Amino acid sequence: MTSHILSYIIFTPLIGILVIAFLPKGQGEKAKWIALATTLAVGLLTLVAFSQFQLIGEYQMVEEAEWIPQFGVQYIVGTDGISFPMVFLTALMSILACVASFGIKERQKEYFVFYLLLETGMLGTFLSLDLFLFYVFWEVVLVPMYFLIGIWGGPRREYAAIKFFLYTLAGSLFMLLGILAVYFGSTPNTFDLRVIAEQDFTLRFQQWVFMAFFLGFAIKVPIFPFHTWLPDAHVEAPTPVSVILAAVLLKMGTYGLLRFNYMLFPDAAHWFQPAMFVLAVVGIVYGGFVALAQTDFKKMVAYSSVSHMGFVLLGLAALNEVGLRGAMVQMFTHGTITGGLFLLVGVLYDRAHTRDMTHFGGLSGQVPVYAGILIFFSMASLGLPGLSGFIGEFMVLLGGFEVRPIFTGVACLGIILAASYLLYMIQRILLGPLNEKWSELTDINGREIATLVPLMVLVVLIGVYPSVLIEYVAPTLDKLNMLLNPPDTLLSSVGGAP
Amino acid sequence: MVTANLAYLIPLFPLLAFVINILFGRYVKDKACWISVGASALSCGIAWPLIVGVIGGTTYHHDFAWLALGGVDLKFGYLLDPLAATLLFVVTLVGTLIQIYAIGYMKGEARFSRFFAYLSLFMFGMLGVVISDNFLLFFMCWEVMGLCSYLLIGFYSEKDSAANACKKAFLTTRVGDVGFLLGILALFTLAGTLSFAELHDAVELNRDSQLMITVTALLLFCGTIGKSAQVPLHVWLPDAMEGPTPVSALIHAATMVAAGVFLVARAYPLIEASAQAAQVIAIVGTVTALTAACVALTATDIKKVLAYSTISQLGYMVAAMGCGAMVAGIFHLMTHAFFKALLFLGAGSVIHGTGTQDLREMGGLFPKMKSTAWTFLIASLAIAGVPPLAGFWSKDEILLAAHQYGNLYYYALSLTAFLTAFYMFRLFVLTFLGKPRNPDIHAHESPKSMTGPLWVLAVGSILVGLPGSFLAHNWFQDFLNRGHEVEHPVNYTVMITSIALGLAGIALAFLLYRGGLGMGEKLARSLAWPHRVSMNKFWIDEAYAAWLVRPWHALARLLFGLDAKVVDGAVNGTGAGTLGGSRVSGWFDKYIIDGTVNFIAAFTQFCSDIFRLFQTGFIQNYLLIVFAAVVFILYFGIR
Repeated sequence: MTSHILSYIIFTPLIGILVIAFLPKGQGEKAKWIALATTLAVGLLTLVAFSQFQLIGEYQMVEEAEWIPQFGVQYIVGTDGISFPMVFLTALMSILACVASFGIKERQKEYFVFYLLLETGMLGTFLSLDLFLFYVFWEVVLVPMYFLIGIWGGPRREYAAIKFFLYTLAGSLFMLLGILAVYFGSTPNTFDLRVIAEQDFTLRFQQWVFMAFFLGFAIKVPIFPFHTWLPDAHVEAPTPVSVILAAVLLKMGTYGLLRFNYMLFPDAAHWFQPAMFVLAVVGIVYGGFVALAQTDFKKMVAYSSVSHMGFVLLGLAALNEVGLRGAMVQMFTHGTITGGLFLLVGVLYDRAHTRDMTHFGGLSGQVPVYAGILIFFSMASLGLPGLSGFIGEFMVLLGGFEVRPIFTGVACLGIILAASYLLYMIQRILLGPLNEKWSELTDINGREIATLVPLMVLVVLIGVYPSVLIEYVAPTLDKLNMLLNPPDTLLSSVGGAP
Repeated sequence: MVTANLAYLIPLFPLLAFVINILFGRYVKDKACWISVGASALSCGIAWPLIVGVIGGTTYHHDFAWLALGGVDLKFGYLLDPLAATLLFVVTLVGTLIQIYAIGYMKGEARFSRFFAYLSLFMFGMLGVVISDNFLLFFMCWEVMGLCSYLLIGFYSEKDSAANACKKAFLTTRVGDVGFLLGILALFTLAGTLSFAELHDAVELNRDSQLMITVTALLLFCGTIGKSAQVPLHVWLPDAMEGPTPVSALIHAATMVAAGVFLVARAYPLIEASAQAAQVIAIVGTVTALTAACVALTATDIKKVLAYSTISQLGYMVAAMGCGAMVAGIFHLMTHAFFKALLFLGAGSVIHGTGTQDLREMGGLFPKMKSTAWTFLIASLAIAGVPPLAGFWSKDEILLAAHQYGNLYYYALSLTAFLTAFYMFRLFVLTFLGKPRNPDIHAHESPKSMTGPLWVLAVGSILVGLPGSFLAHNWFQDFLNRGHEVEHPVNYTVMITSIALGLAGIALAFLLYRGGLGMGEKLARSLAWPHRVSMNKFWIDEAYAAWLVRPWHALARLLFGLDAKVVDGAVNGTGAGTLGGSRVSGWFDKYIIDGTVNFIAAFTQFCSDIFRLFQTGFIQNYLLIVFAAVVFILYFGIR
C-alpha cells in the first residue's frame, strides 16, 4: 500500500486557498484563521509523516503516478533524511509566520491565498523526486513571493520584488537547461531522479550540468556574488515573508545542491570542490564584514544570512561525512535562528516604525522580555555553545578542517565577525542610556512570544543534544557520502600511502 | 557507579537556579539569592564527598555518546581526577562565599533576581568546565562563562562605559576562543580524540607530527590568552571592573580567569611534547606578569589595581606552566583564588562603606572598617609572598621552576614579586592608613553577610598554602602528580630571595606612602617617562583602537560600498543594460522593422495612388494611352 501522506502535506494548503476564495466580501478578517487552521493541519500531517519516518538511507513514503507519459514526466514524491528536516522546518515556520501575519490589515484574503500557495510550492520543491515536477514547484514559489513582496512590502517593494523574481528566474533558466541536458543525456529519457542517479555520466557532461544547476541554486542560497537580491528583498518584505524567505527559501538552494548536484554528479562535485571552498569562505567573511557596516537592523540580519549560509556551503565543500552532517544541521538551525531574528526585527519595527539601529539605545530596561529574547537569538546566531548555531558551525568547521585547514581557519573570521555585528547591534538597541523617545515603547506581547518560543525550544534542544536531529539525517547522508567517496577509492588511497 | 554519577548534578543545580530566577524572577524577588546560594550549597554537598574520594585515591569517570561524527562518536561526561578535584574545591567554596557576600552587597538593587540568575548560570558554566572530561564540553561550558561575564559586566548597562566594557570583553575573549576552537579541530584531526583521559596516549602515538603538536598546543593556548587575560589580549579585564564587585571577585579574579590556566593543565601532554610551545607559553606568562605589575604601580582606582594585579598573577601561573611546573601553576591558582577573591571583596566592602573607588580620596579607614582592614592586610601579605601565608608557598614553587628553566624568566618573575609587594602595600597604606583625605566621606563597616565571607577567605588565605609546603612534605604536589611522585628539592637561595624581595617591596611602600600621596607624586615627576608609560598602560588600548578596531570597521564600510556599487551595481547594470538594449531593439522594431513594413505599405499606397490616376473608367482615355504606346513602340522599334 502506497502512502499518500506526502501528497496530503503538499496540497492541503490548496484547500485552504479554496475556502478563503469563497469567503464572502467583507469577511477578510476570517482569512487569517482559515490560513492558520490550514498551516496547523499541514503541521499535523507532517507530524504523522514524522511518526512513520524510518531511519534508513532510502527514499520513503514514495508515491508515483503518470503525469505526461509522452515525455516521461511523472508525479513522484518521496522523502529522506535530507528533505524531511526541511519539510518539518517549512511546516513549522509556516505556522509561526502565519501567526506573525495576523498584523496584516490590507487585502487579507489575497495575502493569505498567496501565503498558502507559497507553502504548497515550498513543500513540493522539497518532496519532488521528478526533475520536471521539481522545476514546476520551484517556479511556483516565485509567483506568490513576488506578490507578497510587491504588494505588502515596504517603500521600494516593487524594485525588490522584480529584482527577486528576475534574478531567481535567470538562475532557474540555467537549471532548466541542465534538466533538459540530463533528460536527453540519460537512457531511457527520464526525469525520474532515482533512475538518473543510476546513470554513468561522463565527467565532462557532469561538469557542464553541475555548473548549470549550481548557478540556479547559487542565486537562491545566495552564494557570493549572487547575493544582492537578498538584502533588498528582506528589507522590503513584510516580516512574515522575510521569515519564510530566510528560514525556508534560502534552504531550497542548498537542498538543491545536495539533492541534485551531489547525488547526480558526484565526480563533478570533486572537481568543483576548490571553487566551492573559495566561494564559501569569501561568502562567510564578506557577508560578515558587510553586516558589520549596516545600520538597518533588518539589513544586518539579511547580510548575516549570507555569512551563515556560507557555512552551509563550507560543509558541503568538505565532501566528507562530518561536513555534510554539519551542513544539514546548519541549514536547519539557520532557519530557526534567523527566522527568530527576523520575527524580532518585526516586533520592534511594528512599535517603533524604524529599523535604524542608531535611533535606539537603552531599551533593555524598557522592554526587558524583548531584550532577553533578542540576546538569546543573538547568542544562538553568533554560535554560543549550548545553542544550536554552534553545533552546525562546529561540525562544518571540523569537516572543512580535515580537507583544507587554512581555508577553514580564515572562515573562523566569520565567527569573530558574527560576534562583532551582533554585539554592536545589541549595544546600539538595548544598552546604554535610554533614548527618551522610546519611553512609551511596550514590551513584546503574548502572541509574539508564542511565535518565538517553539524556535527557542528547538535551538536549545539541538544545541544541547544534537543527536535528536542528526540521527534522522545520518543514514541518508552516509549513503551520499559513499557515493561521493566510494570505498574502493578510499581503499586504494590508503593502500597507496607508504 | 551509581553514586558517583551524582557528579552530573554538581553543575545542574546552579542551572536550575538560573532557570527559576530568570523565568520567575518577578515572583521570587528577594528570595532569588537564597535559590542561588542554596543551589551552590547543594553542589558543595555533592562535590565534597567526591573530592574526599579523589583524595582517597579514586578517579571518577563516566561518559556517554553525545554526537555522532561519522565513524567516531564524540563522548561527553565527567572526569574527577586530582586536578578537577582541586578546582572543584576552590570553585564551590569560593563561589558560594562570594554569593553569600553578594546578598549584602546587592541589597536593594532593581534587578536583584536577574543578578543572582546570572551568578548561578556562571556557576553552572564554571563547574561544567571543571568536571568536563573532554575539550569540546570544556569549550562549551567555557563559552557559557563568557556569556555570563558579558551579562554581568554589562549589568549596569545603562552606563555607556559598562556597555562598552562588556562588548569589549566578549569580543576580545572571542578572538582567543576562535584559536581555541581551531585547536580543538586540529587536535581532533591529529589525534582523533578530544578526551582528556586519552590525550596522553594519543600524543605519544603521534610523536612524529611534531609541528602539528606544536601548532595544536599553541592554538589551544589562544583560549588561555583570551580568557586568562594574557598579553596581548589582556585589555578586557581592567575594563571588566565595570561589573558589580562580587562579579569582579568571582569571575574576574577567583574562578573564570583561572579556567585558562586550568586549560593549559588539561592540555599539558601536548605542551610536554613540544618544547617550542612550552617556551612560547613561558614567554607570554612572564611578559604578562611583568607588564601588568608595572601598570598596577600607578593605577588610582582600587579595582583597577586589583585587576592588573590579577593579570600579573595569572601571568605567573601561565609562566609556571611554560617552565614545566604544571603543579606549581595549579597550586598558585588555588591560593590566588582565595586571596584575590578576598582582596576584591575587601575592596567591595571599602567601596560599599565609602562610596568611592579612588585611592586618592581614601585613607585612614583602618579604625572605621576593622574587619575589612584586617582581612585585607592578610590577603595583601599573602599575595606579597610573606611566609607562612598561602601566596608565599605557591609563588616560591613558581620561582623555583623559573630558576631551573632559565635565568631571564627567574629575574623577571622575581622583579614582579617585588613590584607586587610594593603596589599591594601602596594600595593598603593609601586606603587604610594615614589621615582621611576626603572629609566628605563617612566610612562605615559593612554588614555581617559581607564581613563573614571575608573572614572565611582570610582563614583560607592563611592555610591553603600549607598542604603544598615542605612542612606537609609537599602533599599537594604529590596529590596532583599521583602515580609519578617526584623529588621536592628545597632551594633556600630562591626562598630567601623571594622573602627579601617581598619585604623590600612592603617596606618601600610604607616609606613612600605613609605620609599620603606627596612623596609618590614627587617620585612620579622625577621619573616622568616611565611613569607615563605605566599610567597609559603601554598605550596598548590606543594602539588597538587605531590599528585594529578602526581598520576593521573601515574594511566593513569599504566592502559594503563595494557591495552596493560593484556587486549590486553589476546586477543593476545588467538590469539597466537589458532595459537599454530592449529600448534600442524597441526603437529598431518600431522604426526599422515596422518602419520597413509601413514603408512598403506606404510605397504601395503611393504607387497605387499614382496608378489610380490612370484608372479613370473612360474608354477614350484608355484608347489614347494605347495609341500613345503604339506610337512610342513604333518610333523606337523602327529606328
